[in-house]
Amino acid sequence: MTTTEYERNLILSSVDYNVVGTRPVRHDGADKVTGRALYGADFDTAGLLHGKILRSPHAHANIKNIDTSKAEALPGVLAAVTFDDFPQVKNAALDLGEEVTTLHDLQANILARHKALYKGHAVAAVAATNAHVAEEAVKLIEVEYEVLPPIMTAPQGMAEGAAILHGSLRTDELGETIDDKPSNVAQHFQHVKGDIEKGFADADVIVEREFDTVTVHQGYIEPHAATAIWNTDGRLHVWCSTQGAFTARDATSEVLHLPVSQVRVTPMEIGGGFGGKIPVYLEPVAAMLSKKSGRAVKIVMSRADVFEASGPTCGSNMKIKIGAKNDGTITAMQAYLAYEAGAFAGSPVGAGAMCVFAAYDVENAVIDGYDVVVNKPKTAAYRAPGAPNAAFAAEQVVDELAQQLGMDAIDLRLKNAAIEGTRRPDGMVFPRIGCVEVLEAMKNHPHYNAPLGENQGRGVAIGYWFNIGFDSAVNIAVNADGTITLIEGSTDIGGSRASISMQAAEVLGIPAESVRPSVVDTDSIGYTAVTGGSRTTYATGWAAYEAALDVKQKMIARAATIWDVDADDIELKDGVFQSSSDPELNMSFADLAGQLGSTGGPVVGAASRAYGGMGAGGGSFAGNIVDVEVDPQTGKTDVTRFTVVQDAGKAIHPSYVEGQMQGGSVQGIGWALNEEYYMTDDGAMANSTLLDYRMPTSLDLPMIDTVIVEVASDHPFGVRGVGEANIVPPTPAIANAIQNATGIRMERLPMSPVAIMEESWKQS
Amino acid sequence: MPKKTYVQTRINGESVDFLTEPRQSLLECLRDVIGLTGTKEGCNDGNCGACTVEMDGRIVTACLVLGVEAEGKEITTIEGIAVGSELHPVQQAFLENAALQCGICTPGFIVATKALLDHNPDPTEYEIRFWLANNLCRCTGYDKIIRAVQDAAARMQGVSA
Repeated sequence: MTTTEYERNLILSSVDYNVVGTRPVRHDGADKVTGRALYGADFDTAGLLHGKILRSPHAHANIKNIDTSKAEALPGVLAAVTFDDFPQVKNAALDLGEEVTTLHDLQANILARHKALYKGHAVAAVAATNAHVAEEAVKLIEVEYEVLPPIMTAPQGMAEGAAILHGSLRTDELGETIDDKPSNVAQHFQHVKGDIEKGFADADVIVEREFDTVTVHQGYIEPHAATAIWNTDGRLHVWCSTQGAFTARDATSEVLHLPVSQVRVTPMEIGGGFGGKIPVYLEPVAAMLSKKSGRAVKIVMSRADVFEASGPTCGSNMKIKIGAKNDGTITAMQAYLAYEAGAFAGSPVGAGAMCVFAAYDVENAVIDGYDVVVNKPKTAAYRAPGAPNAAFAAEQVVDELAQQLGMDAIDLRLKNAAIEGTRRPDGMVFPRIGCVEVLEAMKNHPHYNAPLGENQGRGVAIGYWFNIGFDSAVNIAVNADGTITLIEGSTDIGGSRASISMQAAEVLGIPAESVRPSVVDTDSIGYTAVTGGSRTTYATGWAAYEAALDVKQKMIARAATIWDVDADDIELKDGVFQSSSDPELNMSFADLAGQLGSTGGPVVGAASRAYGGMGAGGGSFAGNIVDVEVDPQTGKTDVTRFTVVQDAGKAIHPSYVEGQMQGGSVQGIGWALNEEYYMTDDGAMANSTLLDYRMPTSLDLPMIDTVIVEVASDHPFGVRGVGEANIVPPTPAIANAIQNATGIRMERLPMSPVAIMEESWKQS
Repeated sequence: MPKKTYVQTRINGESVDFLTEPRQSLLECLRDVIGLTGTKEGCNDGNCGACTVEMDGRIVTACLVLGVEAEGKEITTIEGIAVGSELHPVQQAFLENAALQCGICTPGFIVATKALLDHNPDPTEYEIRFWLANNLCRCTGYDKIIRAVQDAAARMQGVSA
């Protein structure tokens, strides 16, 4: 391990506050270091039954018959369900946070509708007195399959004469439905800016390449878990591990055809999600088993279930073509993106198309996107869904362009960088963004010019992800001792209790420790969208800011009553209420809090609305400088030094911002070098364990150095969501570093030793 | 249902006895029979380290130990790391260094780290990374965990010096 003399974690700060920008211990910390925090699988209640799901052994098969009678006859089994137990519902489009699907697809993914569409697809389920009996029981369910040939990649699915997954699926071709025949292509869309042919005609240098990536998983350590009680009064209560209690409630109520008011979801602590815990898989099944058995039913996925039957992110086939003048001006950018949706329509190709050239201000561009169904699990969001695939392709072509132009790789990007006012090819005009600032911080970092050793290479890349806003609600109550309770609906996946509480504390001039945050169930707070889309610290933090302003005004009114002065005369500064006309009149927040009982009763504040418009925050850019060492004998690649630079707008809790940057970077390193669904010819995942699906361990990695850039957004403190953009640049930055070390341009992921040796033999 | 076996053991310094089916793992016994849910299940095949506990002075993944094997053993779980209401220096260091995000892997890391520092009070970065390589964390990228372990080692050296 190298020792370094520079500061590993830098903050290029804009504004200083009292609480914002400090590093308090998180409010849920003590529970989480002592084992007291309760996660999805930790829930227990009287009379609890355990559910188990029977999953399809085939990637593509018609289900002719399901017979659960022998399973139901096993002592200890109290209920069994199949798709036919779902209520019949009218199809409708569903917007579930980062997931857009249809009600029929959602139902058929939760339990197969007479057709298994991937190995692991849920077919039936039982509930029994313990998990072992339930496991024995599902083996007694008899299913008659008619096996069909599987489609495993987008190009296979798009080929003439390919086996068809859904007889009812028709292609949406540039907005027109092609009615004459079923297809595996759910959608083809196109973004056009300027005149692409003129752009390439003006270019002195053109680089064009084709890239392929394979399915990878979010890899959260906690398997999905849900418990349901369908009570005798008709109300359904669900305890689960989810990124969005309201989204889980909405999806469950739609699938079961219940009014949302009949479903209450209590979010347990969540053991990682990265987008993969937005969809529901188990909740409606546990609910139907509970209704049939009259008991509480818990279902917990196994690790193999998580790999085979939750929602990984897509494999993709991409072509990128970029042209530039000799002075480095990029004149044309073209992308073809074909993404696997998994078993049902809805790949992240839309977002991939919006992000692929987001870092560049280019006059002429065309982007074609294809959403293709294949016989793999339905993809779910995974940290900046769709963007890392596109960046792996586009940022390598930009790197090659720099080489052909004889330009520095960061200088080429700076010359063409997107700025405020740049119109992306998809039509969005950027508000204030930090693309240039991130690139400059990379260029100025000592890492960029540090010496390299033998067999080592260095690569850079930049990536982009949005910052959605959407609905959040926060309630605050003032306690007599000067603390506040803060009630919110954003499940805390990585320190957001702290980052939300700190924004309220800043407004009220009290320490972060004086806020007691609680994440509550769907009956106890206003609608709050998912913890996802890099929105939580931004939008729920904004709600906390406004709820604290509400409390502040009410507290000022109390002080005005006590002092018999105008409320306008009083201000709150550094936690002290102060009359501007009479310096003798001042009182700390805690002192005033102690007098609420005698001045009109409790003070509560609230705020709830849709925060930020779509894209109003501008999103976040992240850049990497990566050094690798490639063993020329084996192709094994080690990351020897890694620097991540990201625009956080304003880092509320810098430690957790750094943590997001480091975590996203390491997921990107795993995606780049090791991780893949290794699929057999008949469509089975051959490596569905954490031994064979090889995620990075501590021993595989160096320290991950961070630079936080702060270019303020429209948020009151300038916050930008930082959860996702950091996973976008690692795969191309590592590919560029491998190219720099070996001369080999890697056109596929993962860049495993085998893949590197194969490419080396092919290219030499 | 298979006949259950009676097991007498010591967990976190206290005598504990329980009944287990032969097929039940120690992890299942801790969580579902005894009610100590601080030990987490991430994979149930020994590859993620979330269920790391100490058994007779060695760390093991509780999912690969049978409940019946706990007979006569001395077991420490995450619930036994803090002394009374006082956090162990490893726990304090994880908190202050922001070495957890979702927290599901944290119990396993803390048990493994305490065992490391009991064996080797002043480990190098490489030794820390090697020792913790069986504990997967998907949130942090390990950077802050490694620093927390270094910080905990310094705190414990300070205490013992």
